[in-house]
Amino acid sequence: MSKHRFAAAQRHRGEHIAEWTIRIVASTSILTIFLIFVFVFRETTTLFSPDAQNIPSSSATAEEILTPELYNADALTAEEAHELNIPEVYNPETGTLGEPEPIALGGPELPRSSTKQVAERSVWNRLTDAAWQPVSSDPKFGIMPLLVGTAKTTFLAILLGAPLGILAAMYSAFFAPARVRNVLKPTIELLAGFPSVVIGFFCLTIVATLMQDLLGTEARLNAIVGGIGLSITVIPIVFSIAEESLSAVPKSLREASLALGGTEWQTAYRVMLPAAAPGVFAAVLLGIGRAFGETMIAIMATGNAPMLTAGIADPVRTVAATIGAEMGEVVWGSDHYGVLFLLGTILFVVSFGLNAITELYVKQRLIRKFQGQ
Amino acid sequence: MAKEHPVKVRTSDFSVYYGQKQALFNIGIDIFDRKVTAFIGPSGCGKSTFLRSINRMNDLIDGTRCSGKLEVDGIDVYGKEVDVVTLRRSIGMVFQKSIPFPKSIYENITYGLTLTEKRSKDELDHIVETSLKRAALWEEVKDRLTHSAQGLSGGQQQRLCIARAVAVNPEILLMDEPCSALDPISTGKVEELITELKDTYTIVLVTHNMQQAARVSDYTGFFLMGKLIEFDRTRSIFTAPSKKETEDYITGRFG
Repeated sequence: MSKHRFAAAQRHRGEHIAEWTIRIVASTSILTIFLIFVFVFRETTTLFSPDAQNIPSSSATAEEILTPELYNADALTAEEAHELNIPEVYNPETGTLGEPEPIALGGPELPRSSTKQVAERSVWNRLTDAAWQPVSSDPKFGIMPLLVGTAKTTFLAILLGAPLGILAAMYSAFFAPARVRNVLKPTIELLAGFPSVVIGFFCLTIVATLMQDLLGTEARLNAIVGGIGLSITVIPIVFSIAEESLSAVPKSLREASLALGGTEWQTAYRVMLPAAAPGVFAAVLLGIGRAFGETMIAIMATGNAPMLTAGIADPVRTVAATIGAEMGEVVWGSDHYGVLFLLGTILFVVSFGLNAITELYVKQRLIRKFQGQ
Repeated sequence: MAKEHPVKVRTSDFSVYYGQKQALFNIGIDIFDRKVTAFIGPSGCGKSTFLRSINRMNDLIDGTRCSGKLEVDGIDVYGKEVDVVTLRRSIGMVFQKSIPFPKSIYENITYGLTLTEKRSKDELDHIVETSLKRAALWEEVKDRLTHSAQGLSGGQQQRLCIARAVAVNPEILLMDEPCSALDPISTGKVEELITELKDTYTIVLVTHNMQQAARVSDYTGFFLMGKLIEFDRTRSIFTAPSKKETEDYITGRFG
């Protein structure tokens, strides 16, 4: 029996295969992302398991626990240290115990825990410690210094990066001649693909020196240097998204404003920028997400000291930098490991939240506010 | 051609080029004060280009240059000492597409006013009301002045754009096919408006609709291929055109 004239042709089958391949690849990538989230959350939940109480120090002998905390335990025997009876001090120059100055590491001193407390404090209690000392014999998993440090660098990065990115976007979208724009736009966007380790190195070597000369800060690497470094990654993101939404504002609005006797600047500032506000707001939110999650620059340029202080000229350590620096050497399945995953979950939740706000609030509420309907 | 009215806009030997292409050829025309002057002609004939030359909107298009003279009240608008922003403040423009700003109705009207100086709330309120009344829109929107202008219908939006242009109290009102996107009822309203506004403003209207030109204008110019073929009183153009091209166009033989 011959095929009827509407039978599927050979080429339809080819298209069918292509279509399904695309579908499978797409679902695989979505599934992969989903599984990464599941994994991160699952590892965080180790903190909830009964084993979580089983921190290494709980198995220490009374003598070990009574020994003052030492970072370099090999440098002195426990007895020597006991005789010296000096507070915990770490001299980074020598890697040994240094002068007994109380605030060498920074962060408020905590009352020394008694033997009993060390054994009984759960990892959850340790999360609220004022210090982050995850590998001492009495580990302190205080995430507050990390969160504050992250907030400081992110805030500074946005303070610097968002206005620069938005102004550059306005210049490119409204003022620059086509010739300039064709060079400017790809150049700034190229910065987004710049290896962050190079930016980190640049901050570590050049920006840090410059800023110290300029501001006379005590610490060479601090939140300001870190913020500047992060702003370098924030600018291209804010620029490219803001530029896109500014360019997407109908040119007819510009004509209408100019025809009413507005100057180019009044037109850009009072008509075009508000019309593109949702996109510009989204650009800033994504910039925050970028600064929040950036790891390499944070590791290299912030000084990496988890200090709970308010000053922006103090060294800080960010959440992402902590994960980046410690995850490779952590004991698998330990409390420390669990806490690092908890930090990862915080990172994820915040970035996800920012993206969700961008999607839901910005696109729906702000568009309605500024563009009616 | 009787010249009982003072001339508002006068051009002589005025040509416009987009790059290498010449869009307007040696236009010489007198546009009279407080009259409605309509420009008709097929698409691409240069009538919009000429309209946009009056308030120098063509400056925004890269590679545009012009030669000859275009004077408003005897001042060459392409002269060196002319500030284009100040010029545009006294020449309002209404576009083919109604383009309210993504702001409230109130802010749309006050936008042009607040560009130059700070004004009191009372003064702004007053101007908003009178402008909207002039544009025959007040009754429809007076209860929702703070609402977004983009919630208005197409016809309302276009009248809002007219109110916005009128609010800054210009001397000349340029209208570039203001009714081409409107339904017949809205068109009727805008035409009525034009007739009312001509007591105060010199109105220059570009239209594809010959009936509209015949209905609302006092003078009509016919453009073809970048040339002003004929310019006369509207009645003369439509009843006794002196050029064959004009007659062919208005009788629908081409275009």
